[in-house]
Amino acid sequence: MIIYLLCFVLFGIGLHAVVNKKNLIKIVVGVAIMEYSMNLLLVLIGYRMGGVAPIIDRETVAGEFVRLSVDPLPQAMVLTSIVIGLGVISLMVSVCIRLYEKYGTFDITKIKELRG
Amino acid sequence: MNVLLPLFIGAPLGCGFVIYLAFRNRDDKADWIANVCMMYLAAASLWSIKSLSAYGVLTYRMGGYAAPVGINLVLDGFSLLLLIIINVAGFLAAIYSVNYMERFTAKAKYYVMFLLMVAGMNGVVLTGDLFNLYVFLEIASISSYVLVGFGCEREQFEASFKYMVLGIVASAFILVGISLMYAATGVLSMVHLSDIAAQGNVSGCFMLAGAFFLMGFGLKAALVPFHAWLPDAHPSAPAPISAMLSGVLIKAIGIYCILRIFFNMFAMTPMVPFIFMMLGTASMVVGALLATGQWDYKRLLAYSSISQMGYVMLGAGVGARVIASGGPAHVATLAVLGALFHLINHAGFKSLLFLTSGAVEFSTGTRDLRKMEGVSQRMPVTAAAATAGSLAISGVPPFSGFWSKLFIVVACLQAGYNFLAFIAIGVSIVTLAYFLKVQKYAFFGGRKEGFEKIKEVPGLMCFPMIVLAVMCLAMGLLAVSPLREAILEPAVKVLTKQM
Amino acid sequence: MGEIVRNIVRIFAGFTLLFGVYIVAYGHITPGGGFAGGVLIGGSFILLTLAYGKKLALQKLSRSMSSTLDSLGALIFLFLALVGIAGGYFFLNFLPLGKPFHLFSAGIIPLCNIAIGMKVGASLFAVFIALAMVRVVKHEDGTTDYLEETDDTEIKQ
Repeated sequence: MIIYLLCFVLFGIGLHAVVNKKNLIKIVVGVAIMEYSMNLLLVLIGYRMGGVAPIIDRETVAGEFVRLSVDPLPQAMVLTSIVIGLGVISLMVSVCIRLYEKYGTFDITKIKELRG
Repeated sequence: MNVLLPLFIGAPLGCGFVIYLAFRNRDDKADWIANVCMMYLAAASLWSIKSLSAYGVLTYRMGGYAAPVGINLVLDGFSLLLLIIINVAGFLAAIYSVNYMERFTAKAKYYVMFLLMVAGMNGVVLTGDLFNLYVFLEIASISSYVLVGFGCEREQFEASFKYMVLGIVASAFILVGISLMYAATGVLSMVHLSDIAAQGNVSGCFMLAGAFFLMGFGLKAALVPFHAWLPDAHPSAPAPISAMLSGVLIKAIGIYCILRIFFNMFAMTPMVPFIFMMLGTASMVVGALLATGQWDYKRLLAYSSISQMGYVMLGAGVGARVIASGGPAHVATLAVLGALFHLINHAGFKSLLFLTSGAVEFSTGTRDLRKMEGVSQRMPVTAAAATAGSLAISGVPPFSGFWSKLFIVVACLQAGYNFLAFIAIGVSIVTLAYFLKVQKYAFFGGRKEGFEKIKEVPGLMCFPMIVLAVMCLAMGLLAVSPLREAILEPAVKVLTKQM
Repeated sequence: MGEIVRNIVRIFAGFTLLFGVYIVAYGHITPGGGFAGGVLIGGSFILLTLAYGKKLALQKLSRSMSSTLDSLGALIFLFLALVGIAGGYFFLNFLPLGKPFHLFSAGIIPLCNIAIGMKVGASLFAVFIALAMVRVVKHEDGTTDYLEETDDTEIKQ
């Protein structure tokens, strides 16, 4: 149980960085931390104590495999979520570069053309 | 017929990659491919109305695998409603882009992102699998982040970054919700999840997932405590994209997902509808009050989007509350019908208003209401279209907005929420007030110096505006029997299944 | 970059590429697959860029070529899915499945892996190059400028 809670703590650290940090790059790092914590949570959900990797080879017995292996579906989902994270973070970094080019700073308090 | 379903996702993806592969620098060819693709999608979505009424709910097994193992595409009434909104509005926005996007470089790349966004939204409304929904949602979101920053100016990048950060936080919440759902049940197929919810033995994990979903999709739908990004992001995009974002995207990846998940996958408790009603009322009031103070035309429209989405959430919340407390069925049906009717109406008039704002900006180069007085004498089509849109959004009788708001108000009264009905009427009057301000300052005010040279926008930009203006009037007919039975009632049936 | 790094990259970049191709090709019978192999393929070009500069890496795989391969990979994947419609279902595995644990087995899965590997490898390299091309130049008067580098300034022989 505690390990799931630690996942949420990690998520909270990422969220803290996104919400409270003033530097664009630190916000990107916070986003990355959030994504990793979600991936960790997904892998943990599929984990089974003392399980084996869900890889079938020539010697695998089907019944034994089903009894022992961890759930492979969350791992496939993690792979997908990593791909999405790659796309999002590279897009964020490129927008950061363009923002730096326009404003000459990474400080978010100085980037305030728009007011909510 | 079944074959059409994967093509809703495959065709825009394919056309997008063909444009990027072969016509990266050929804007004229890209125009043709994108518009033909969108025309096909709009026609196919309208054609689906017929097939839905003939065959009932369509389930398409991808790769030939059945539901808990494979991923299914499901076309039911609610998906169909959203499919029509997405593809018809997308088609009109694509036509509008032909002339409007001349001012930007890299028009071909714009179409690639546009088609990816349409593919993502079609996937979100069609898929029958929760994780698949997340993937399509990210496709739609990422392309919308790019499109918001497409202008490559200071404020566009800033809006794009702000939108991106909040969008990613929302996606993170949604993914956590999905993984908790999987942990609680071990399946991801929506049909199976709704069966499990119907049995009623749900764990705390399920409830926690619900909270995460509400936060995540609430952020995507810009309901009031989560609305901060919308007034920056939507006005910064090019006008056809603003129309798509405000008119379609917040519905497809926000409201649709909230309604689909909470009406179909959770057993209805009185608590959740109460939150819906609170969120809806807060959005209505705050959005309308903030909109009155705006002088930037597009920003005003963005705030008004928040306010109008509040109506949809209010209607849905009242319907769900009646279902959860076992109230009379016709009240719940009327409330949900009003909400969905307002959803489709809002897609029409908000797309129209954003397109007119783009037309005014195209001709005069400004979005400030105080600087564009008296445009109507020079741009009669745009002015007439904007008038139709304003009347429809403020709920003036013959126009479509009146009927949907009437349904919601009557449902509130019948369910015994007189105070909420009163607020809904009050917000409608405030809406009328700020759209009269738009009309007075932007279109019908005194003639300003220096506007002698402005012209009406080209025909390809007028055409979508005329179509949408006519639809603002004609969509009132959706409340009448044959059209209502074909389009709105199947969707209502999907949502009120739990009764 | 230093002499050591460049010598090591000279030896290992090719092997990295080869290993990526292996992971893609055997993706359906061993762990790995299109994405993992594609990252290795893209990584081998990124290694070349880091050690020898953009000029050499772009000679091996130009920017327009990587964009083309990117779209082509996606289109092949979509095409494989669409061909399935002829057999009844989107994404239908229409090729013979063959015997398990053989290279030529599992129907369209290896073909999909190759398409994905192509797309991921090319697009990863394209993203890296696009980010590496951008240079922000700060002027003395406080304004900044955006340059797209055309020649290789990173390494002086």
